Amino acid sequence: MTALRHLLSVRDLDREAAVGILDLAEDMADVATRAVPKLPTLRGRTVANLFFEDSTRTRLSFEAAAKRLGADVITVSAKGSSVSKGESLKDTAQTIAAMGIDAVVLRHGASGAARVLADSGWIDAAVVNAGDGTHEHPTQGLLDSYTMRKAVHGEGSRGTDLRGLRVTIVGDILHSRVARSNVWLLQTLGASVHLVGPETLLPQGIDSWPVTSGTDFDAALDEKPDVVMMLRVQSERMLAAYFPNEREYARQWGLDDVRLARLAPDTMVMHPGPMNRGLEISSAAADSARSLVLDQVTNGVSIRMAVLYLMLAGSEQSA
Amino acid sequence: MTLLIQGATLPDGSRTDLLIDGGVVAELGSGLSRAGATVIDADGLQALPGLVDLHTHLREPGFEQSETVLSGSRAAAAGGFTAVHAMANTSPVSDTAGVVEQVASLGDQHGYVTVRPIGAVSMGLAGERLSEIGAMAQSRAAVRVFSDDGKCVADALLMRRALEYVKTFGGVIAQHAQEPRLTEGAQLNEGALSSELGLAGWPAVAEEAIIARDVLLAQHVGARLHVCHVSTAGSVEVVRWAKARGILVTAEVTPHHLLLDEQLAAGYDARFKVNPPLRRAEDVLALRAALADGVIDIVATDHAPHPIEAKECAWQEAAFGMVGLESALSVVQAAVVDTGQLTWSDVARVLSSTPAEIGRLSGYDAPFRVGAPAHLTLIDPSVRRPFSIEQLRGKSVNSPYLGRELPGRVVATVHAGVPTVLDGELRPVEEVAARVAD
Repeated sequence: MTALRHLLSVRDLDREAAVGILDLAEDMADVATRAVPKLPTLRGRTVANLFFEDSTRTRLSFEAAAKRLGADVITVSAKGSSVSKGESLKDTAQTIAAMGIDAVVLRHGASGAARVLADSGWIDAAVVNAGDGTHEHPTQGLLDSYTMRKAVHGEGSRGTDLRGLRVTIVGDILHSRVARSNVWLLQTLGASVHLVGPETLLPQGIDSWPVTSGTDFDAALDEKPDVVMMLRVQSERMLAAYFPNEREYARQWGLDDVRLARLAPDTMVMHPGPMNRGLEISSAAADSARSLVLDQVTNGVSIRMAVLYLMLAGSEQSA
Repeated sequence: MTLLIQGATLPDGSRTDLLIDGGVVAELGSGLSRAGATVIDADGLQALPGLVDLHTHLREPGFEQSETVLSGSRAAAAGGFTAVHAMANTSPVSDTAGVVEQVASLGDQHGYVTVRPIGAVSMGLAGERLSEIGAMAQSRAAVRVFSDDGKCVADALLMRRALEYVKTFGGVIAQHAQEPRLTEGAQLNEGALSSELGLAGWPAVAEEAIIARDVLLAQHVGARLHVCHVSTAGSVEVVRWAKARGILVTAEVTPHHLLLDEQLAAGYDARFKVNPPLRRAEDVLALRAALADGVIDIVATDHAPHPIEAKECAWQEAAFGMVGLESALSVVQAAVVDTGQLTWSDVARVLSSTPAEIGRLSGYDAPFRVGAPAHLTLIDPSVRRPFSIEQLRGKSVNSPYLGRELPGRVVATVHAGVPTVLDGELRPVEEVAARVAD
């Protein structure tokens, strides 16, 4: 398994690297079943969670991952810190770097922020992109692939990819970093992807992506996809005229009870959270036996343990 | 002072000596001599008329940490320019006679270039009420170009009135064509790349729709329109159509839109963030062809200095703009001269005589004739070198060309008979100011 310098985009991962991360996450998941669920391989290392945008679940997931590996964790989040007072990415990163850190987990509202931090030379620490604007969320893509692979291959997952799997992703593709990370990673792992949403929320140039796309959710369901992944709808999109109102959105692109009933028994239902119940997904769908929403959360910790391990375990400790 | 330039190649390809005395071209011919003259050996050098930039941000007053009239004048001279038109988005905005007179007189004092202020179209660039256009036109700065550059005059009625009003004194409105609602939060040319990078798209139609509206308005009121920094193949077609109908429209392209395309943004390096954004490779080729066939009239730099911190950040937090005065001629040579699309005579047209004509700046219509004001630059087109930070002579270093190999080198620049650059080096501030005062 080759070490990772940074994790900025799933596009930096080839099939071998991606499968390697998923396999290592299997080992990490085994750790979680022990009486003491810790693997103190990163003892003495410090991971800084630098969250310019609020995201409780991603932050907690990275914190849990780092702690299970024995690392110390510093968390700087937007509210009530210098980050909310307009301090720049450069100054904030250099300030925490001066305290001696080995990795920065960066959540930022600007697309490319993690790439800029990694390329800048401002700090030496490894950089994990924990979501950058509307660009990517690589660990979300990895945990989604892990979850799909586990559902298909179970105990025999190690070494496998997602060849032949058909995944339909529904909703605000234009603004979704989750969709982007899934599109590229699923392609790398051999799955085929169909994107569905209103024309206003499908990005320009989508025909050059390695996917098919359309606007008709029901037609997409007729194709009996293996996975239906629903994306969160932000209410501010409605105000910007991307769609008329929530009722119309839910009717056209929501996974409601009628559509849920049409799914094959083994169709996986996924959502990166947090969910808008009753809008893009009904409660019955979210809570159904097909729903892997909570598996996604659990698997997120394993994936993040694997990523932090690959970046830090072989590297020199910071002074 | 007296200058004797020996063996220069003129834009038409002929070779001559030039004797410059009293601020004008005093004599042309071979084997000229004059006792006491400063001799410049121009053997192998290309002479061009002094370059005229119709689109420069000098940042003074208000943003002197980025550029001043002096530092921008020096950057211009280093790039072969002898006149610049200073955009109005200063602080206070150049929307009154007082501000434009101040900017013009600073330029006169320093003497590196003629500084021609551009007046704001609307008060405070707010796009609501006309600024004191007449007062600026009648001031000592004699403003002829008006622009809200950085912002589009989006209100169709205000644009119509401005076009009509400046006819009174032969002025022109230079429009920054950017439909504001279509570009809210826009970061990068809208297309496959912006979608991949997750950067809000800046559709070509936001530029083309305003140009289409404005050429029709110009036709309706019989006024002159200038379109700033045309950046798309579609805009070229709109301008071509308008010219074919006899509409009085002129258009400019920046050096960077002639050389760079959107793919440079793929690494989120904010040095490549500019307004209008870098476009597709096919747009770059269409702009070159349009400059060659005359649909686009001129090259203008849109020199836009910014402090380092404005570019050392995430893409969407960074300022728009690039410095361009020092690199303009080299970029034009790389993009359209070395590719065989423009001759040096064409370069003289698109970077000197036509921009002067659009700005109603006298003294540039017949260069290299006895009696003409001595504004000229001498370049060595045979040089190729990596563009380096030492070549940036203004206050800011936000150049997209650092580290890129570019052809050509400005060896000497002469403004109104006063050398501002000799042997590739700027002359000292005191020397230039003293000689201009003579």
